Amino acid sequence: MTQPLLKIEGLQKYFKTTTGGAFSKVKGTVKAVDGIDLEIYPGQTVGLVGESGCGKTTAGRTILKLYEPTGGKITFEGRDITNISAKEMKPLRSQIQMIFQDPFASLNPRQTVGSLIGAAFDIQGIKPEGGVEAEVQRLMARVGLNPEHINRYPHEFSGGQRQRIGVARAIALKPKLIVADEPVSALDVSIQAQVVNLLEDLQDEFNMAYIFVAHDLSVVQHISDRVIVMYLGKVMEEADKVDLFTHPRHPYTKALLSAVPVADPIKGRKRERIILQGDLPSPVNPPPGCVFNTRCWKATDKCRTEIPQLLQIGTNHRIACHHPED
Amino acid sequence: MSTKPFLEVKNLNVAFPTEDGLVQASNDISFTVARGETLAVVGESGSGKSVTSLAVMGLHDRKRTQITGQAFLNLDSGPVDVISANEDVVRKLRGKAMSMIFQDPMSALHPYYSIGNQLIEAWELYNVGSKEDGKKRAIEMLDLVGIPGADKRVDEFPHQFSGGMRQRVMIAMALINNPSLLIADEPTTALDVTVQSQILQLIREMQKEFNMALILITHDLGVVAEVADRVNVMYAGKIVESGGAEDIYYRPNHPYAIGLLNSIPKIGELDSRRLVAIPGQPPSLINLPQGCSFRERCSFSDRVANNLCSTTAPSLDEKTTDHFARCHLSEAELVKARKEIGGN
Repeated sequence: MTQPLLKIEGLQKYFKTTTGGAFSKVKGTVKAVDGIDLEIYPGQTVGLVGESGCGKTTAGRTILKLYEPTGGKITFEGRDITNISAKEMKPLRSQIQMIFQDPFASLNPRQTVGSLIGAAFDIQGIKPEGGVEAEVQRLMARVGLNPEHINRYPHEFSGGQRQRIGVARAIALKPKLIVADEPVSALDVSIQAQVVNLLEDLQDEFNMAYIFVAHDLSVVQHISDRVIVMYLGKVMEEADKVDLFTHPRHPYTKALLSAVPVADPIKGRKRERIILQGDLPSPVNPPPGCVFNTRCWKATDKCRTEIPQLLQIGTNHRIACHHPED
Repeated sequence: MSTKPFLEVKNLNVAFPTEDGLVQASNDISFTVARGETLAVVGESGSGKSVTSLAVMGLHDRKRTQITGQAFLNLDSGPVDVISANEDVVRKLRGKAMSMIFQDPMSALHPYYSIGNQLIEAWELYNVGSKEDGKKRAIEMLDLVGIPGADKRVDEFPHQFSGGMRQRVMIAMALINNPSLLIADEPTTALDVTVQSQILQLIREMQKEFNMALILITHDLGVVAEVADRVNVMYAGKIVESGGAEDIYYRPNHPYAIGLLNSIPKIGELDSRRLVAIPGQPPSLINLPQGCSFRERCSFSDRVANNLCSTTAPSLDEKTTDHFARCHLSEAELVKARKEIGGN
């Protein structure tokens, strides 16, 4: 592995909040994403986890330049794409695709499956061998849909099947990177495993890289090679999967892991659990110092005033904490 | 349990007539819950888990729903069947003998009324006293469910509360009249995981405090494992397996339950072996096929003789002591199936 497929340095995305109305004034800024770094190589999966409001979705969308970044640098295959125009970005879109969370909202109900999946070829002006229809049917078969259903509409499919349509559309142009935003959280439990397996198989087949955005730690643990834990727009901890799940060093990661209910009645009830007090603070008005200090049991005056930097503490393991766990 | 269980549901059927046909949402459901006991009902969307408890609460529109069967509340004054009872009778039990909390705490609270007023309204239904008495009780309850500064926050409105805090308010409201049965329908699904563990802990504490019978409806097998004494697994409107939590998790006796338990990745399992997915998808509840509803997704139906799975719907049989499953497979075949899918 030489050059990363995608490199993100200090990425920021701020949103302005306004008073609303005709004479709307800027009231403040929400630092939805406040400085994240990320490197991803072909065939690799990076998991982006955190609770609601932590900025994981915004991060995913900013990486795709669906949002214009406020600051930082995005490099794709060695090329700086941070500030390129939408027009310059267009050819790159075939290389970077997205899978959305809600398979009900992300598919146009008036378009057939054929035109939903085939749109990718039209937009990029690509003529696949054997014609668009044959290629769409091949893709449908690949993701486990019946190719004969090419003329059906999204409402004729179940949630799991719709997510397969979303996957087919994302892989149509053989992208190098897919940002998947909560791709299985809207699905029933017995269907989730089907879609996770499909994503893994496709990754093996095409050597794609995934940025997997999710709040479900067990799914992230399963699919990721590397994991980034976010809280209120900031990276709390970043490490290789095994390291992060066996030896979390940030108190937040530790609490988050211990909060996940374990599907094992004896082990689940015996294990030591950290129950965090309070709720997530509002991202409009984050606490000073370390953003986690209001809920952290180790917080000191230093944490309330000084923002901890994301520092290397082991091989490929970084945390932003003044008082790391052993 | 020495005394009679508080809730006894017998052969409950709930069906909705629609243009496309009759939707058999809940099919021959029987179970009991005692005071102090937690029954978890697990299943996917459309499996009938919510429909069953809404029937117990008497919350279905009687004109548009066909309900048969019985659901007895064993009150101190004697048993009452909430299915056949007059609507006025059921209304007087709701909130007092039995109470419910819902998934989405935002849509369950009225945005125009203060938290205090909504709690007082619930209190006034069954208590005589001044508004001040009601408010005092409301503050007590908010304090009990862990809302800091309850005496001030009682006058605030739902939008001033976070998701977790709103769910605490819902719990306070459900418990204000000291119910004997609490039905919690996906109470933590809309919450973040760190908040979820707070709310689960609170529900457990409250159950002890009020000695309630608790029905927890959820699709999350992790949540079930942490709180349930007994588990009902539902599929396509039927209970397909029922037993103690350890029986269900360590010795599941229905291929659906076996599949479900093995299809979820578990925290701490780092080997990333391929997930064992259940193929296909749940059937439509209109015109359910003859035979076993799970047949088309089951990898073991060929091990049952005479094509029984496609001709005869299995009954809910006791496979081992106090552990029931709706499956034609023999005990020996089930043990084999468990090994094949889960490797244990």
